[in-house]
Parts: sequence; C-alpha cells; structure tokens
Amino acid sequence: MPKRFIVSIMTSVAVLVCSAVSLAQNHQKWNSPGLAGGGDQRQASPEGPAPRRDLSGIWDAGGPGVSGPGHVGAPFTAWGDEMARSYRPGNGPRMAPLAENNDPLSTRGDPAGFPRNVLYELRPFQIVHTPNQVLMLYLFEKRWRVIWTDGRELPKDPDPRWYGYSVGRWEDDYTLVVQSVGMDERTWLYNAGNPHSADMRVEERYRRVSGNTLELTVTINDSKAYTKPWLGRDKLLLRLMPSDTDLMEMIPSATEAAEYSNLIANPSKPVK
Amino acid sequence: MRDKLPGVLLVVGLLLLSFPLSIPLVAHHSVATIDTTKEIALKGTVTAWRWANPHCILTFDARDDTGTVRSWAAETANPTSMTQRGWSRTSLKAGDEITVTVQPARNGEPVGILMTAAFSDGRKLVAGLPGTPRPVP
Repeated sequence: MPKRFIVSIMTSVAVLVCSAVSLAQNHQKWNSPGLAGGGDQRQASPEGPAPRRDLSGIWDAGGPGVSGPGHVGAPFTAWGDEMARSYRPGNGPRMAPLAENNDPLSTRGDPAGFPRNVLYELRPFQIVHTPNQVLMLYLFEKRWRVIWTDGRELPKDPDPRWYGYSVGRWEDDYTLVVQSVGMDERTWLYNAGNPHSADMRVEERYRRVSGNTLELTVTINDSKAYTKPWLGRDKLLLRLMPSDTDLMEMIPSATEAAEYSNLIANPSKPVK
Repeated sequence: MRDKLPGVLLVVGLLLLSFPLSIPLVAHHSVATIDTTKEIALKGTVTAWRWANPHCILTFDARDDTGTVRSWAAETANPTSMTQRGWSRTSLKAGDEITVTVQPARNGEPVGILMTAAFSDGRKLVAGLPGTPRPVP
C-alpha cells in the first residue's frame, strides 16, 4: 500500500478524533438532540461489563437509528402489494411527488406507531424498569411504550392500538425479548410506505453487550403482508448516554404539518 | 503485521466515521419537485423563521430580476437535526437582512430548499453538514 495512502488515512483519523473532541464541547444542559450529526458526544461512563437484567438508561443509535436500515423488507403478498399501491410515500422506490405524499405521519401528524418508531426516526430513548414493566420513553413524538414483564400472555383478539401490546421476558441475564401484537393497520412500517396487517407480530431483542452498549434486532412477522419474516433492525448498536441528558422535544404536530403543506408542498406542485 | 497496518487504520477510520459523526440523511418526503442541480442566491429580508416539524421553514421577501418583490419559503431539516448542525430558533428573526442560497422548485414558484443564510457582517449559517450535498431531507 503506498505511503501516501497511509499518511492520508492517518490524517483523516486525526481530523476525526479532533472533531469528536470539539463536538464533545457542544454539550447542552437542556435540549440535547442526541448523537446523530455530532450533537452530543459525551460518554456515559468508562466502559465496563454489562449489568444483569438491567437496560435502564438513555440510549442512542445516532445516525443509523434516525435513518433506519433502508427500504428493506420481504416480497409483498398480493394483499401487501395492494396496500402498498395505495400508499404514496415520500421516499423509497415508490416515492411520490411531494404534494401527493399521503404519509399519515408527516402529512397529518398521525402517530408513527409501533414498530415504525423503532425502524425509522429512532432517536434517543430512555428505558425505565419498574417491578413489573419495562417502559420505553422516546424522544421522537415524545411517546412511550409499556412492556409487561409480569408473565402475562399477549391478548388473543386485541383492539388495535397505535403502539400495540407488548410483553417481555429475559432470555438470559443480558437479553430482553419483547413480543408485540395488536398494532393499528393504519400505521406504516417505514417512510418508504411499507404496509402491515393487523395480524403482524413483532419481536424485539435487546442485548446488553456491555455497560455502555446495547444491541437491537427487530423481526417483522406478517404473513398477510409479506411472503416471509424479515429483519427491520439487525444488531443495531445503541450507546448509553450520560444520565443527566435532557432530551429535546420532537413532535410532528398536525398544525405544523398543515403549515408545511401550505408553505412548501402545495406551492411546489408540478405545473400540469 | 506491518503489511496489515494500513488496513487496520482504514477500518478504524471508517468506524470513527460511521458512528459518532453519522449524518442523518433522513428523508421525510420527496425532493423531486426541487431542482437540486441548481442553486440561486437571493438577497432579502426575513419575514419569519419557523422552528417546526417536520422541517424548519424560512420565509423572506426578495426582489427578482424584474425588481418585483416575491415572498419565498425555503425549507430545511427538523429542529433536532438543525440543533445538531448548530442552528437554533433564534438563528434568524423577522427583519434580518440576509443573502440566502436555495435550491429552487422546478415549477418556478418562490419555494425551495435552504442551503445557506449569510448576514452582512460576514456570519454565515450552513444548513447542511460539511460534505453533505444538501441539507434536506
């Protein structure tokens, strides 16, 4: 390998390290935007072993959490394909012009719903343990989920919820496995307009790799919409943030969505 | 080992690039109606700086080539991402005299994507992170 190339790599690494040091000084007492884009790069604490059966803390996957894995999935079934054709997403292979976008989240201020909120715009979130629950408090939309850990069964014929019904159990001392059902069919799985049915079942696996690192894998199982199960997240790495981190509010409201349509989306319509 | 050193450094460099400095190239919607190959500079007066989701919006009045004042609306990223880029809700205010660069809508309407905003005293706000081709989506 040419010496010039080595020098170039070493220079790049040095610049990046300096940038990280500089960004670490950007810490804000209030309204932390999280790691993505270099907003707040402080470390929670020196790295150490993973504690047993404890996921508590504020976790952030940075840019990969925000942008998601891409417009992946599995082949649609006939039903899934029909649903997908009625969706006019702002992104992905079926991207529609701005003024025709019918994404319920960005155009109407509907809830993102679960599991979209972990597949896309997964910004920092806090995990809190109670004796019989694990609570997940998300920066994006400022919403929360309750994961019951008291041994109860999932409901058999649940009324649909935007964020479904969830139960969790410890597979071992470091891995919490969460099963969810009953998600409202109106929600999308991603901003590329992937549909799901009311029959969807979602598995999340939270593995505490170390004191400061958590790994998330999400499996979508929906035989009505997809020909096979697929991974929405595959070992996404999350970093523990300092416990004094105050997170920003990021709520897609209906009022602001309407203002956006009036000022930007509608005026930029193509001339017919 | 010596032969492997450049490869190791490359991996370290890429890891450093990929995690702490990741750039959220998140798209809430299509930019197909915007001519992203074009960038125009406009001198104008801020009428409002909307610190809002899904995207922040700058509105300003600027004269076109014929001397007619047009009211522009230029979008950029959401407040969370803009905070990560060093902007705030007080970065701009009504009455500020600025020079703005935007990627305009293809249909000719005074709408576009905000790229930069420069003040007469030399201060300049960049809507995208260094190296990103555009700040939105």
